[in-house]
Amino acid sequence: MANVELTNVRKVYGSSVEAVKGINIAIEDGALCVLVGPSGCGKSTLLRMIAGLESITDGTVKIDDKVVNELGPAERDIAMVFQNYALYPHMKVYDNMAYGLRNRGMPKDQIDKRVKDAAQILELTQLLERRPKELSGGQRQRVAMGRAIVRSPKVFLFDEPLSNLDAKLRGQMRVEIKNLQRQLGVTSVYVTHDQLEAMTLADILVVMNAGSVEQIGAPLDIYEKPASTFVASFIGAPPMNLVPVKADHSGLVLKDGTRIGAEGLSIPATGALIGFRPEDLEVSAGTDTHIGGLALDLKVLGVEPVGAESYVYGIIGGERVVVRVPGRSTSNSDDQLRVIVPKQKLHLFGADGKRI
Amino acid sequence: MASSTRVTFPNKFLPYLLLAPQLAITAIFFYWPASQAIYQSVLREDPFGLSTQFVGLDNFRRVLGDPNYLNSLQVTVIFSVATALIAMALALLLAVMADKVIRGKGIYRTLLIWPYAVAPAIAGMLWLFLFNPSMGTLAHLVRSAGYNWDPLLNGDQAMVLIVSAAAWKQISYNFLFFVAGLQSIPKSLIEAAAIDGAGETKRFWTIVFPLLAPTTFFLLVVNTVYAFFDTFGIIHAVTGGGPGKATETLVYKVYNDGFVNLILGDSAAQSVILMIIVIGLTAIQFRYVERKVHYG
Repeated sequence: MANVELTNVRKVYGSSVEAVKGINIAIEDGALCVLVGPSGCGKSTLLRMIAGLESITDGTVKIDDKVVNELGPAERDIAMVFQNYALYPHMKVYDNMAYGLRNRGMPKDQIDKRVKDAAQILELTQLLERRPKELSGGQRQRVAMGRAIVRSPKVFLFDEPLSNLDAKLRGQMRVEIKNLQRQLGVTSVYVTHDQLEAMTLADILVVMNAGSVEQIGAPLDIYEKPASTFVASFIGAPPMNLVPVKADHSGLVLKDGTRIGAEGLSIPATGALIGFRPEDLEVSAGTDTHIGGLALDLKVLGVEPVGAESYVYGIIGGERVVVRVPGRSTSNSDDQLRVIVPKQKLHLFGADGKRI
Repeated sequence: MASSTRVTFPNKFLPYLLLAPQLAITAIFFYWPASQAIYQSVLREDPFGLSTQFVGLDNFRRVLGDPNYLNSLQVTVIFSVATALIAMALALLLAVMADKVIRGKGIYRTLLIWPYAVAPAIAGMLWLFLFNPSMGTLAHLVRSAGYNWDPLLNGDQAMVLIVSAAAWKQISYNFLFFVAGLQSIPKSLIEAAAIDGAGETKRFWTIVFPLLAPTTFFLLVVNTVYAFFDTFGIIHAVTGGGPGKATETLVYKVYNDGFVNLILGDSAAQSVILMIIVIGLTAIQFRYVERKVHYG
């Protein structure tokens, strides 16, 4: 049990490549913090710096209010679950879980108890005598979790632990990890590039891009108020629609010259981006302007029915957008639709990509 | 996979045609000489090849009852075990160290692989010149350090010399395989072990070494065969089996009895015994050692 605090953490490779550019994150005791971002954004590097597998160029990492910069991975009292599980292939499941305890000189009967307890929790009791290669992907994942929990560390670190599993299993394990983390109450840092995983697991969500933090917050807060166009298009699937708009003397103009009603929006002189989630659009029956919303004309390019809902792909003002409609959509390609974005669902971003 | 099907060729003769070169090589360079050896081993032939006589297993009886042969067997065991162990241990050490090098990794590896390109007889000459008691540079150093170095008279020192030369040459080959073996161990395993509180030495013996077992096992077989057969050139160049048969291995004795002393029957019988020993050793290695090997 511990809090984790990162202050101005930087990582520079060689003399110039800055992989992590001064990051500040505070994680409370027992919270699950998810680092999410595209590949190469520095999230894994950051995690490895917390683990002690990468040196810290600058800044401090504190675990349980103690600076751990100079401590080795073993002395930080953390446990890590790797993307490829990193199970010791020549050891049985039991020995895989007991290895860390034996290295710490724990008495045999205590090791046995801990391993069996962990196996119980993770439903691995039947598999203790097997070797990793005799297990399925999901079972290996469980063993990797077991190896982490037997140690009762201060912090769990997860490095994309579910990305090697198929979609169905990933969904199951996601729920299991969340429940387990709640149950054990161990502070955790979880790295993923999957925004769905990030949204569902996180207590605190950290969206990273190019070595910097774009936004930190509760998942739904981030979803509802993305701080930048990067966050807006990264969180949510399908991503938020972003339509460039400019203001001139008589109103607002889209990229292809379409004029739209200003609806009280104040657009800076440098132009802006209007953002709206695919599910926040209302398809209007007629061509009447809806009161209290931004009316836009959409030319349908195609429709993707996915069962419970349909995705209508189209173009607004020269920009490709997607609209989520419940059930089946009656639209066809080349249809002209009038869609309304309710004003409170409208996001506005400046030319620099920051939220206005 | 149960559903996998064999590739079948429409032409019945094509597979045999494709196999033919390999089969021809094996037949000409292994089965033919081997069968000749077996044939010769039951014959008694005079040095000029003028008369031959079938003697059954007499040659084997005489060879196995010869104290010189038993001495040669002992020499071979000591030589092979020492050569294989030293060559593998040093190669592993070098590979582990080369694995840690970050800059100029390729240069280290290339330099360490070069000795393998040296022919056995040349390697032998090299060591002979370096350690020749009267003119060797290194021999001079050893002697000036107060050690009475004379492999020409001292059998144990002669053994040390040929073991060194033979191991030195084989280190490169072993090194190459150990480097490849080390590279195939995922870094995350080492990191996981580090998080699990295992220090560097402990990590090596509990994770790295067991995972290298397939490589080590393969090299054990190769090095044994190497020490038995391919070291002839080194021994011939460095000690010629001397002093006083102290470095006469089984292969060297086969050569000496057959081509120098022209006792063809004995020599052939020794070849056959040697063949049986190597087949037996390899079988034992596969049967007992491989069981302990974990193939990831």
